[in-house]
Amino acid sequence: MIIAERKPFEELKGFVADKKKVLVVGCRGCVTVCNAGGTKEVGILASELRLDAGKDGRELTVDEHTLERQCDPEYIEELVEMVGKNYDAILSMACSVGPQFISTRYPDQTVYPSLNTLFMGGALQHGIWAERCQGCGNCVIHNFGGMCPVARCAKSLQNGPCGGSANGVCEISKEVDCIWHLIATKMMETGKVETDFAPVQPIKDWSTSRDGGPRKVVREDLVK
Amino acid sequence: MSDFEPKIIAFCCQYCAYSAADMAGSMRLQYPTNVEIVLIPCTGRFDMLFALKAFEGGADGVYVAGCLEGTCHFLDGNIRAKKRVNYLRNELKNMGVEEERLRMYNLSASQGPRFMEIAYEFTDLIKQLGPSPFKKKDAA
Repeated sequence: MIIAERKPFEELKGFVADKKKVLVVGCRGCVTVCNAGGTKEVGILASELRLDAGKDGRELTVDEHTLERQCDPEYIEELVEMVGKNYDAILSMACSVGPQFISTRYPDQTVYPSLNTLFMGGALQHGIWAERCQGCGNCVIHNFGGMCPVARCAKSLQNGPCGGSANGVCEISKEVDCIWHLIATKMMETGKVETDFAPVQPIKDWSTSRDGGPRKVVREDLVK
Repeated sequence: MSDFEPKIIAFCCQYCAYSAADMAGSMRLQYPTNVEIVLIPCTGRFDMLFALKAFEGGADGVYVAGCLEGTCHFLDGNIRAKKRVNYLRNELKNMGVEEERLRMYNLSASQGPRFMEIAYEFTDLIKQLGPSPFKKKDAA
């Protein structure tokens, strides 16, 4: 899923400093699962904005709404009635896809992102999320014992670790495992070094990644 | 502001603080009427929105009272609550409000006198801090 975290309160407060009426919109997709922008987080942010405005003696109405997803036009359409209530701004609590969809559909609205979108990853445990995919557009994790050196190596190295690998950790931080250490260890433990690990990876074609510019998928069988 | 009587909301776990409040009552112990108790089945049920809504509703201070650490009826509800309280205390600080307006206390069901002490201690603290800045606009 997409992992995101809420922007610092100070920044969000700045967004609404000169506003009288705002709408905070959550998303029931990835950001609900990573506890960044679901119904509960919308409630907390809305409450904090109201309290803060009260503290500063500012008039501020904060309404709350959560959409099924903000990355699908059919759900964005649900906001038609609410947008008609003349909000000074909409604060989207989805990943950065959401505020773009909302501002495209409602061009007259001022839309702010309330989250910083970080990466594609998963939960190591409740409250801890880690990056697992970089969306390179050409998945090759089967060559690496099911682990991705593109996303999990600081240099995205395809053919073994660099000199910065020491005691199983990466030189950038002791908190970051050297993925090549994990890959090599697993390959040796499972006895697959000779069979699955032998081929040297050819130069990776990055044109399917961001190097090819913004990407789009068209499924002719689904398009009306 | 010496005549300031704060409004305090106490979220009390039914297995400890709420029972301790009962015991305080049975023992005829007096505690400040500023404290309004809200029963929760375990402090693990404490939601950050509970405290935020209490502040929105005009509370000057909020505290969460759970079991002594290691004695939670549901193993770690009080530890989870402590983390939420700490998170929200940090949020209060970011909003420029005294984090002391939100606290976590731990006590057992047999500590009726301690319940009374906590009620006095927190009420005195909030009296010193003054009315909640969140409602200053209304007071003006």
